[in-house]
Amino acid sequence: MPAISPLTPIRASDHTAGTHGTALTARNLSVFFGQHQVLKRVSLDIAARAVTAIIGPSGCGKSTFLRALNRMHELTPEARMEGDIRLFGEDIYARHVEPVVVRRRVGMVFQKSNPFPTMSIAENVTVGLRLNGLRDKTTLTERTEQSLRMAALWDEVKDRLHAPAISLSGGQQQRLCIARALAVQPEVLLMDEPASALDPLATSHIEELILELKRNFSIVIVTHNMQQAARISDFTAFFYLGELVEFGPTNKVFMNPEKRQTEDYVTGRFG
Amino acid sequence: MQQTMSQPATNAPRTGAPGADRAFQWLTLLMALSVFALIALIGYELMRGARLSLHHFGWRFLVNSDWDPVNDIYGALPAIFGTLASSVIALLLAVPLGIGTAIYLTELAPLWLRQPLIMFIELLAAVPSVILGFWGMSVLVPWLRTLLFPWLQKLFGFLPLFQGPAGSGFSLLAAGIILAIMIVPIITSVSREILRSVPGLQREAAYALGGTRWEVTRIAVLSYAKKGLFGAVILGLGRALGETMAVMMVIGNSPQIVLKLFAPASTMASVIANEFNETPPAGLYPSALFELGLVLLGVTVVVNIFAQLLLKTFAGPSVKPQP
Repeated sequence: MPAISPLTPIRASDHTAGTHGTALTARNLSVFFGQHQVLKRVSLDIAARAVTAIIGPSGCGKSTFLRALNRMHELTPEARMEGDIRLFGEDIYARHVEPVVVRRRVGMVFQKSNPFPTMSIAENVTVGLRLNGLRDKTTLTERTEQSLRMAALWDEVKDRLHAPAISLSGGQQQRLCIARALAVQPEVLLMDEPASALDPLATSHIEELILELKRNFSIVIVTHNMQQAARISDFTAFFYLGELVEFGPTNKVFMNPEKRQTEDYVTGRFG
Repeated sequence: MQQTMSQPATNAPRTGAPGADRAFQWLTLLMALSVFALIALIGYELMRGARLSLHHFGWRFLVNSDWDPVNDIYGALPAIFGTLASSVIALLLAVPLGIGTAIYLTELAPLWLRQPLIMFIELLAAVPSVILGFWGMSVLVPWLRTLLFPWLQKLFGFLPLFQGPAGSGFSLLAAGIILAIMIVPIITSVSREILRSVPGLQREAAYALGGTRWEVTRIAVLSYAKKGLFGAVILGLGRALGETMAVMMVIGNSPQIVLKLFAPASTMASVIANEFNETPPAGLYPSALFELGLVLLGVTVVVNIFAQLLLKTFAGPSVKPQP
């Protein structure tokens, strides 16, 4: 785990982003579902403490790429991968590495909020810690507050931590899921279209939150929303038909793309 | 009618269709209503048959522990006890087995194994009750007498539940085991449906937190589904309470209340099936059997309605995004 030092805030447009080294390295990553090749030899570096956006039309493999980063794709029957992914230099597909451990270091937030409906707000936040064997009440309480603050939800729920998680609004539920993912202190946070089911106000909350979180976490976000990618990401990767077409600083990908396909997509000519 | 219709002849029968349609609707409605009528009629007939006994014993029928045809004294308590005890034994055996199988089938089993396993479970449900009873009499009961009872007594003999003479093998435990075999399929298949209805996103949430398969099953699947699983168990209980033939063949049919696994007992259903042929056409004896039937019907109806309610209201504590 990288030491968390006080950082100067980094803006999405700031080109100094990514100076904290590389969190994840994918090399020649191919993923197959049965006979179908979904990802074709993708090589990509995910910068530490920065936001990397993955864009591309539906079915381009961007979600699969995301899920390969914490081995979630292995839950799909007949999934198979080739290539190499390293988390701060460590091969996460090495023989002795358990997927369970990888997922504790690389957290994930989903398109639809999915709090555990039988648990309270507080229990949802601490469930990952409790899975890790943490039992100490004071630590759990501290982490609950800390995680909910990081997820910008604390002020809204501090008086009803023991209310059922499903009593929250859609946007709040999604921030609760973010808090739940943050509580186990992952090094990388993967987000699969985290705001696509939310209204504009809730979406802007999530976006502000992401900009805040990248001070401490490395974030990879899949999004369908070009404006969103432009607003919040430092780097953008454009996927098409399972291949990585273009990757670079977000400004460059949007303003001055090298490939024609990228330009067509980001300007909305196809998608 | 449109001029472009090429064959006006086909319109002729159509003009009669609304009437026929209505008749069809009424006919099927009548068929559907006949179900209610049947249940009401059964209840009424039982009530009528039990009138004498109801009048004679009143509420004491339910708490009297003597079932004594010789002296014409009838109390339902031994049969109620036997029914509940054998059903509880059956649930203790069948619930872990059924829910465990359902978990394996939905969460863990490789895809190629699921369908064959499901088929075998459904096959088990199709075994006629009398065949199971036959197997129980000729295989299970001797095996209990010669092997399991002595072994259990050696291990747990200090508990009153396991004490007493091992006897013939025809016993409460034999009935419980047979019942368990009979209700495992329904508990398994209903539980499987319940577990399948747990959203995949719930599992993914738990996996993404680094949960192992067991942890995911526990925090995301079982806790989400517990109400529905409880419904599945109660449905199994409903089956066990009313089951007659196989139980009658192995329980030993002795109207006594002895809280010992190796002792013979009787259930409401087995008493009725066993004794009805021997009763005089009129009098207190057949009437008491009718009342026993009434009690059994009441209990099973209540249990089944409870199970249906549980299963119906289990749409899951849904995670609905609010506006």
